[in-house]
Amino acid sequence: MSDPLIRIEDASPMGMVTLRAELNDGKAASALAFSGLEIPAPHQVTGTPEKGVLWMSPDELMIMTLPDASDAMVATLNEAFEGTHSLAVNVSDARSAFRLKGRDALVREVLAKLTPADMRPASLPVGRLRRTRLAQVPAAFWFTGDGEAMLICFRSVGGYVFDLLSKVAEEGTEVGYF
Amino acid sequence: MLILTCPYCGVACDETELHPGGEAHLKRFGPDASDEDFEGYLFQRKNPRGVHFERWRHAYGCGKWFHAARHTVTLEVFGTYPAQVFEPPEKIRAAILAKLPDWETGA
Amino acid sequence: MSHRLQAGGRLIDRSKPVRFAFNGKTFQGFQGDTLASALLGVDQMLMGRSFKYHRPRGVVASGAEEPNALMGLGRDHSYEPNARATTTELFDGLEAETQNHWPSLEFDIGAINAKLSRFLPAGFYYKMFLWPRSFWKHVYEPFIRESAGLGRPPKRRDRDTYEHFNVTTDVLVVGGGIAGLTAAMTAGEAGAEVLLVEQNAHWGGRAPVDGAEIDGMPAEDWIAQIVAALQAMPNVRMRNRCMGAGVYDHGYTLLSERLSDHAPDAPGPRQRLWKVRAGQIVTATGAIERPLSFAGNDLPGVMLASAVRDYVVNFGVAPGAKTVVVTNNDDAYRTALTLKAAGLEVPAVLDAREQATGPLAEAARAAGIRVITGRGVAGVTGKGRVQVVEACRQQSDGGAVEAIEADCLAMSGGWSPVVHLWSHAGGKLTWDEADAHFRPDPDRAPKGASGDNFVRSAGTASGFLTTNDTLFNANSAGRAAAMSLGHKARNLAPEAAGEKRQPTAQIWLMPEHAPYAKRAISWLDFQNDVKVSDVELAAREGYESVEHTKRYTTLGMATDQGKLSNINGLAVLSKELSVPIPEVGTTTFRPPYTPVRMGAIAGEAKGVLFQPIRKTPMHDWHEANGAQFEPVGGWRRPYAFPKPGESVEDAVAREVNATRGNVGLLDASTLGKLIVKGPDAGRFLDMLYTNMMSTLKPGKCRYGLMCSENGFLIDDGVVARLDDDTWLCHTTSGGADSIHAAMEEWLQTEWWDWKVYVANVTEQFAQIGVVGPKAREVLDAVGASFDLSKDGLPFMGWSDGTLGGLPVRAFRISFSGELSYEIAVPASHGQALWDKLLEAGEAHGITPYGTEALHIMRAEKGFIMIGDETDGTVIPQDLGLDWAISKKKDDYLGKRAQMRTHMTDPLRWKLVGLETLDGSVLPDGSYAVADGDTPNGQRKTQGRVTSSYHSPTLGRGIAMGLVERGPDRIGEVLNFPALDGSPVEARIVTPVFIDPDGEKQNV
Repeated sequence: MSDPLIRIEDASPMGMVTLRAELNDGKAASALAFSGLEIPAPHQVTGTPEKGVLWMSPDELMIMTLPDASDAMVATLNEAFEGTHSLAVNVSDARSAFRLKGRDALVREVLAKLTPADMRPASLPVGRLRRTRLAQVPAAFWFTGDGEAMLICFRSVGGYVFDLLSKVAEEGTEVGYF
Repeated sequence: MLILTCPYCGVACDETELHPGGEAHLKRFGPDASDEDFEGYLFQRKNPRGVHFERWRHAYGCGKWFHAARHTVTLEVFGTYPAQVFEPPEKIRAAILAKLPDWETGA
Repeated sequence: MSHRLQAGGRLIDRSKPVRFAFNGKTFQGFQGDTLASALLGVDQMLMGRSFKYHRPRGVVASGAEEPNALMGLGRDHSYEPNARATTTELFDGLEAETQNHWPSLEFDIGAINAKLSRFLPAGFYYKMFLWPRSFWKHVYEPFIRESAGLGRPPKRRDRDTYEHFNVTTDVLVVGGGIAGLTAAMTAGEAGAEVLLVEQNAHWGGRAPVDGAEIDGMPAEDWIAQIVAALQAMPNVRMRNRCMGAGVYDHGYTLLSERLSDHAPDAPGPRQRLWKVRAGQIVTATGAIERPLSFAGNDLPGVMLASAVRDYVVNFGVAPGAKTVVVTNNDDAYRTALTLKAAGLEVPAVLDAREQATGPLAEAARAAGIRVITGRGVAGVTGKGRVQVVEACRQQSDGGAVEAIEADCLAMSGGWSPVVHLWSHAGGKLTWDEADAHFRPDPDRAPKGASGDNFVRSAGTASGFLTTNDTLFNANSAGRAAAMSLGHKARNLAPEAAGEKRQPTAQIWLMPEHAPYAKRAISWLDFQNDVKVSDVELAAREGYESVEHTKRYTTLGMATDQGKLSNINGLAVLSKELSVPIPEVGTTTFRPPYTPVRMGAIAGEAKGVLFQPIRKTPMHDWHEANGAQFEPVGGWRRPYAFPKPGESVEDAVAREVNATRGNVGLLDASTLGKLIVKGPDAGRFLDMLYTNMMSTLKPGKCRYGLMCSENGFLIDDGVVARLDDDTWLCHTTSGGADSIHAAMEEWLQTEWWDWKVYVANVTEQFAQIGVVGPKAREVLDAVGASFDLSKDGLPFMGWSDGTLGGLPVRAFRISFSGELSYEIAVPASHGQALWDKLLEAGEAHGITPYGTEALHIMRAEKGFIMIGDETDGTVIPQDLGLDWAISKKKDDYLGKRAQMRTHMTDPLRWKLVGLETLDGSVLPDGSYAVADGDTPNGQRKTQGRVTSSYHSPTLGRGIAMGLVERGPDRIGEVLNFPALDGSPVEARIVTPVFIDPDGEKQNV
């Protein structure tokens, strides 16, 4: 369609490292601080998509790096957690990432056509992560600013997710709700 | 379409974000178990008309398993709680008793 | 005759004529018309034929409850059957056709069924088609198929698009009449976030037609004012043409929004399915008028009194020039007064009650209308439409009549609140004796997650039939909804004058003592042709439950789901059973309220978006190189790579031969890859796998089996130990997600004190199998940083390093029996490595192969495949895999189950190889017969084929199968009859068909 509701940009590759560890004993915080990173509060996002952290679960973080810095991040984390039960693994190649841009209400509308998540601004403000379902696949997204959101999913369904977002953002499909 | 709040991440989950796991608080019986105990563990499930303790996984979210105390007729949810317990926490029991004074834990 | 009036019609714009086609002829209506009002405007009273008797039918209603005027709309790629003409908005170019007749609406062969009606009673289908059995295939089934269904299913793919929209909100108000508007205003003013939806294109519902006055102004003005006020509120959202289809658990509600049904050229989706999660739901869904049961009540021209009024006031259309009104309540007098005011004749109002004392009756008398009390309709006669209404005493058998000439009969049997949405989620009803209807019981409302009421009815939907009561109740519902969400809500009830009403009389048959001949043509369900006599017959035949009676007679089972017929039907049943109506009860109300298009339910999930297709990093290459794909666990894997002009079978044989002879290349990226790490990881894997994984040395691989707690084999794969506390577990392609989930489940819910973390890295890596005698030479040519020799990287070992400069992990594992390396590389380098291997292998004839060649090669070696040799009832011991079951371990998942007597039964079917005597390929899945029959008369069996292929290596058919005591019966010949019963003989052999000592892989 000539004039889609929002812009959908491929943001792959992103550097991504999964960290499974006890997050509350201070060790994780100091390990991340060493790399200039901060552990987010539950559901929160700290930093930026180039250098930041996503809170994935009570014992899981996703560290975002520049694409070529993820192996180094794994090494740094392994060193920092030496002797402590933890798991750091590079998952950069296992993910696809998209950047959604447009009027804030329209970015929310496009996502609300695909996910059961509460997309109201008060429920999903800038900097809050939502892991959820996007049509038939798992995905996670967060707003990085007004009308700007990041979305990640598994690489094998990256094409499906792009087609999906493009379809529901076609011209003439505005709901006018948010 | 149930809405259950994940006790790990606090998200009010749509049922389609969850994976159901059947009855909660089952005790595993291994190689030393009698036929009767093993059959009970593997096959015998409660199907109450009333309060049911059940397992759910926040599959499209934080990935954690949790338990819910839910009334199978009214669908009232008395609470959700982490899965790492052998029996419903006191808080959950109290919440049930507050609503259903005649509730028997049944065991 | 029905006709357009010179003036009036609040919803139409007479300056905008609209042309439309009906059964191929072009007509004209106005913008704002429905298809039904436009057809009435051109005297097209006949709008369809009934389902069973093909009786000519006219429109009865003016809304969603319409049973008769069902049309096929559009054509080809946008054809829609069974659309209600009463809710279809007219647009320029609309094409409509009537249904269920042949050859034409006016002359229909099927109407012969009506002549046969005494032979087609209730339960006809059950009685008639019972026997003889042999008639089913050639007589009964073709007849049923021919007569089933009303409209034709669309033949073409739907060209329209649809979408879903998910919303979470505080209060959802369904229904935009005066009650819904009031409830939305009260809740919105309290600060709650409100979504207000209305199924029609207009706000305000019936109030303007009924002539209500609210807050001292005409309803129309009051509605305009409150709509404007609501639209100005930032926390209130409003959607019209949006139908509340169903209310489900915990406040989940489906809404069906029509976006371009009335404007087919508009861009965007045709409809949108809303999935709303509401904290509180207010159902302000109004009420539906009931027909009366009298002889000939299905003749075109007999209509609901409210509908007659709607057509006059809303569309400036008169269904008749002379309209008799028959009623058991006050409301129908509004119709008489409306018609009179429009200059139309009202020869009489027949009131079944002995007295008519209400203000509306008085007003009718004052307007000069003849009101006759204690009267009913003995019958209606006319050729294809109403010509004479025969009035009689209600308390009679209809013998003595007064014939009244009329071309329209407006009937009112009282009002039934629309309780569908209330009932969907478990709200209970109570019988209101005074108004003769079921209404929501506020003490037994649907309960939400908190245990509090989450659905509240408002206004007429609560059973309140006067404007003032409706507004008061709606305000209360809005307040209660807002307050239960923690808002402070004010009392904002609008006011209307108090109304005096005379109670509705319970009239379920006209006249009271109508003989059978009349009851047999007194229709209850117009669409499915169910009559009073049918329900009586069901009761006499022992059907006491209303649910059973419904199914036996088909009452309420048509596309309108009995919106008009249910209460009348159960009242007849109640009388016949001598049981009070509330004890008979209602049938279950199920979503959707009116039909929702399948396209809307599918939403975006059609075409390429029908289902996510997982693609490996080399997918594009496969596609460009002619791969035939097959679905595997959500992935598409190449089945084979046929060359131009080559058959798939030939390609598979070529791929096998090239791999066994030289070297093949396999995209194995879909294999599951799970990292398991921690101080307790070894112990954990020992529980998960049947064999011992804790003793595996770093640098080594071991094949492992996983069972369910029920003992059955669920997955297999090669496990590599990466370092002291880290293992990499390969799973089957389809099993990665479920095995990962199972690991998390055991760790979180059973052994939560064990220190183990699991990560699913399946998609992080592309994995490429380099397989065949020349595999080492190919890797050498690409250039490996690690030792490729037999001793440097021995069978079942792995090494990290670089290959062609790319970071890889190479596993020396084999699923083909050949010298084989599986190379894992980060997914983003997958295609690059694939290209390098192809280039380096060119000199060696390297050949990409697909899953079929993979399967054949594993079967030639006797390797099992999960899903072929296993089906959820097979334990590892059945497959001769005892060597992979640790004897040393006290416990593993499935161990206890495998100790059960049935699992250790020596007669279990066990894995063997099978070779046909003539070299042919055994049909996959076929059974080996045994002597004798089972107790239920079926032939006994003693085994079945689990995998069967043509082996290019051996030039003959090979198969694997499970056979009773199979391994003890090597050499015996079994008979596997083909589908036509002809014998296919096969000899039991060992399942390893080639290289039994593994010499080829161990080089």
